[in-house]
Amino acid sequence: MAMVTTPTPWFLRRPKASHGIWSWVTTVDHKRIGIMYGYTAFVFFILGGLEALLIRAQLATPEGKLISADLYNQLFTTHGVTMIFLVVMPMGAAFFNYFIPLMIGARDVAFPRLNSLSYWVFLFGGLFLYSSWFFGGAPDGGWFGYAPLSSSAGFLPGDHRIDFYALGLQILGVASIVASANFITTILNMRAPGMKLMKMPVFIWMSLVVNFLLLFAMPVIAVALFFMTFDRTFGALFFAPAGGGDPILWQHLFWLFGHPEVYILILPAMGIVSEILPVFSRKPLFGYSFVVFSGAAIGFMGWGVWAHHMFTVGLGPAANSAFAVSTMFIAVPTGVKIFNWMATMAGGSLKFKTPMLFSIGFIAMFIIGGLSGVTHSIVPHDAQQQDTYYIVAHFHYVLFGGAIIGLFGGLYFWFPKIYGKMMDERLGKIHFWMMLIGFNMTFGPFHILGLKGMPRRYYTYQAGLGWEMWNMLSTVGAFLIAASTLVFMHNWVKSKRKGEIAGNDPWDARTLEWTIPSPPPEYNFAVIPTVTERDDFWHRKYKEDKKGRPVPVPVGGSEEHSEDAEHDAGHGIHMPSPSYFPLVAAIGMPVAGFAVILHSWPLGIVGTVITLAGFYGWVLEPATAEEH
Amino acid sequence: MDRPLRKRARSKLNYVVRLVALASTLLLSACISADAPMNYLYPEGPRAIQADRLWDVTFGIAAFVFIAVEGGLIFILFKYREGKAHGSPRQIEGHTKFELIWTAIPAVILTGIAFMTVPVIFDQAREPADALQVEVIGHQWWWEYKYDNGVVTANELHIPTDRPVYLTLKSVDVIHSYWIPKLAGKQDVVPGRINHMTIEATKPGEYLGQCAEYCGLSHANMRAKAIAHEPADFDQWVADQLEDAASDASVQEGEDLFMTGVFADGQMCVACHAVQGSDAAGIVGPNLTHVGSRTRFAGSMFEMNEENLKAWLNDPPELKPGSKMPQLNLTDEQIDDLTAYLLSLK
Repeated sequence: MAMVTTPTPWFLRRPKASHGIWSWVTTVDHKRIGIMYGYTAFVFFILGGLEALLIRAQLATPEGKLISADLYNQLFTTHGVTMIFLVVMPMGAAFFNYFIPLMIGARDVAFPRLNSLSYWVFLFGGLFLYSSWFFGGAPDGGWFGYAPLSSSAGFLPGDHRIDFYALGLQILGVASIVASANFITTILNMRAPGMKLMKMPVFIWMSLVVNFLLLFAMPVIAVALFFMTFDRTFGALFFAPAGGGDPILWQHLFWLFGHPEVYILILPAMGIVSEILPVFSRKPLFGYSFVVFSGAAIGFMGWGVWAHHMFTVGLGPAANSAFAVSTMFIAVPTGVKIFNWMATMAGGSLKFKTPMLFSIGFIAMFIIGGLSGVTHSIVPHDAQQQDTYYIVAHFHYVLFGGAIIGLFGGLYFWFPKIYGKMMDERLGKIHFWMMLIGFNMTFGPFHILGLKGMPRRYYTYQAGLGWEMWNMLSTVGAFLIAASTLVFMHNWVKSKRKGEIAGNDPWDARTLEWTIPSPPPEYNFAVIPTVTERDDFWHRKYKEDKKGRPVPVPVGGSEEHSEDAEHDAGHGIHMPSPSYFPLVAAIGMPVAGFAVILHSWPLGIVGTVITLAGFYGWVLEPATAEEH
Repeated sequence: MDRPLRKRARSKLNYVVRLVALASTLLLSACISADAPMNYLYPEGPRAIQADRLWDVTFGIAAFVFIAVEGGLIFILFKYREGKAHGSPRQIEGHTKFELIWTAIPAVILTGIAFMTVPVIFDQAREPADALQVEVIGHQWWWEYKYDNGVVTANELHIPTDRPVYLTLKSVDVIHSYWIPKLAGKQDVVPGRINHMTIEATKPGEYLGQCAEYCGLSHANMRAKAIAHEPADFDQWVADQLEDAASDASVQEGEDLFMTGVFADGQMCVACHAVQGSDAAGIVGPNLTHVGSRTRFAGSMFEMNEENLKAWLNDPPELKPGSKMPQLNLTDEQIDDLTAYLLSLK
């Protein structure tokens, strides 16, 4: 029976491009979205790094005259906001996007178009924040935006800088919440047959914890940011003491988001390291269930420590004691992870390839950050350390020495899967050692500066306080980090063009993503794998002798992995079709943001209509186009 | 493994251990050098000393754990590197007893630290008996002090030795944080909220401090100083401060300008500043009754002398970004007269 088809109006027509820029703009493929997340985050990494270099150049000598107080305050605020919201979080999202489906044996995420929406909202949120540089200056209230400095007018120069902060983070929060719902659903519902929860790779476990944290933490900051925007735009007085508001309310809301946020930043790297170490030790992860449960424990305990950011606020000795104790004990599951990673390597056969070096660097640096973290929990002495460079040292050891170094390890590890080529080992090692030395040169001295009483967020300092040499050393180190990043970029571009061909499984690795070609085909798995073991791929390749040592399974002995399946691959697999509508829906959000800043009702209506139009078209469009 | 190889590996390991020990010693000696006036590892007041004791113990434990764990890591990296005759490694999935041990040991250590810390938290929160009461008020970007004995001054907190000083902290604008590192840990100064802290010095002398919570454009220029005197000297200082401003005929022109002069945009000195014993009763800026007796001015940014004061009067926002004291477009002659008057206010 012939169906009568009405012609589709132009604005509902499917995008067709399969190559070139439009294929990227309209893609719903999790791998392409992951790559876009990664490149965008890296561009922001460069911007945030340049901001840091300016800061370090200003502080190299006492009474520095390179940049003004006004510019300095914008730079340290933007540096923090950039590195947290526009670098580490989206870089984590890049790994979630690319590797969650591959590692659980799925063909895509649960909601491919929602995934595309997350990316575009993130991109436009970032661009919206950075557009502030062209409209009267960037946010200058610190990444923590304390009230009433940030929430009331007149305490900071510039009329709209903080509006860009509040609205920009609000938009970025939408991206995170949408993505977290997507990844949680993907992990819980789309695992390959046989992959029980306790057979999931640790990276997947950590992703699950992170995305639950995002789902619950981002709404908290959203409420706080709405309060702030209402205070600033409509005179709402939530945080204004003169009107009966409470500036400390902001701090509670901010840190109730802000501390889980710390784990949002570090857990993806912990997951990555937990995948890399077994591969290059040729041993399974030691104490899998302890690593998983300690990750989940961190996820829960992370909600009970926020007031350790507020020990000097005057919450009283009972509250300070309670949060001191909870802070001390969150060190326990963190320590468990470190010991398990070390036990994974002990007894192994360690290959010091670049991803392994970064993973070891992660552990070595994270130990330092963890130990300085314990010293913050002794409240009477934290009252000395608080808001000094000692704290700056601590969180850079955790977020750079930890998160960033771990994420670099992940890039080196999975580059062959993404591009089908190997990265240059020599350049990788140069990058690692330069970055490790530069990192310690930059942030090691911060411990000493802080103990010598140097406060954070000072655009200048006087001579004679014993700070000169350490500041100079730190600045030199910062430029060494910058140089190491250039080595990385050179390696990336060069290897992508003419790196050695990687093949499916260059590292003799353990998880499902290495069973498929590099780069993976659009549909990932020609045949959805059936999982019987944790580290299933390893167990297809090796069985154990009586002493528990791995013995290769003879080629062709594996029933499950059929070459034939890959040859006639692709036929009959329906993948979700590309769509314009997530992009359209995302564009409306920064437009509405500008409307709030300009107090413009018409612009607000335009922004809302664009977003609604995007959702409208989205609803009418089937996820998968019919084959013709 | 043959003997020379093992020997070489051991000497390499030895070398690394020695390197680590040397580096941490260097680091430590650098950080405990006493030359830095705000180094709180060299505390001078009882409360800072109490906090420092907690630190000493915790840092000792942390240093030990650091050496043990990083040392263990380096040992593993050497011992199990590829190519040493291990063959294929045994596939060990875990060991429950080890897990329990390395969960329990940190938990026990941390419990010890908790038992050591909590009593000190409560102890430091108590108001001491027989304390001198001073109200500290944070302004963008300077400190105001109001003593229970009636003295009002700015930026420099004068205290007697060996007597606790109970500070009541308030802010008129944004959050600041009051901090004299060698005497006590910092306490935030929050608008709409009243906080307290106790400081005490055992030795006479000057103790530097500064605002520690980001408070806007000139946050870095909001410094403070505590000056501790022997009790008798302190009583003398109080008596001097309680006197009205001295009147001196040689600075009459400056005084007239200060009291009645109208400058750029209708600005007057007395609109913001008070001088006790005169009609000047402004409350926005620092009380200037004895400004000439202070060692520094403008949030303790500049040493108090003729040259600095003249430069300041010439263009305050240029010297201190965001300064609430505006550019008054004073003539050189006006600046000379005002400077002479202000320096006479001993």
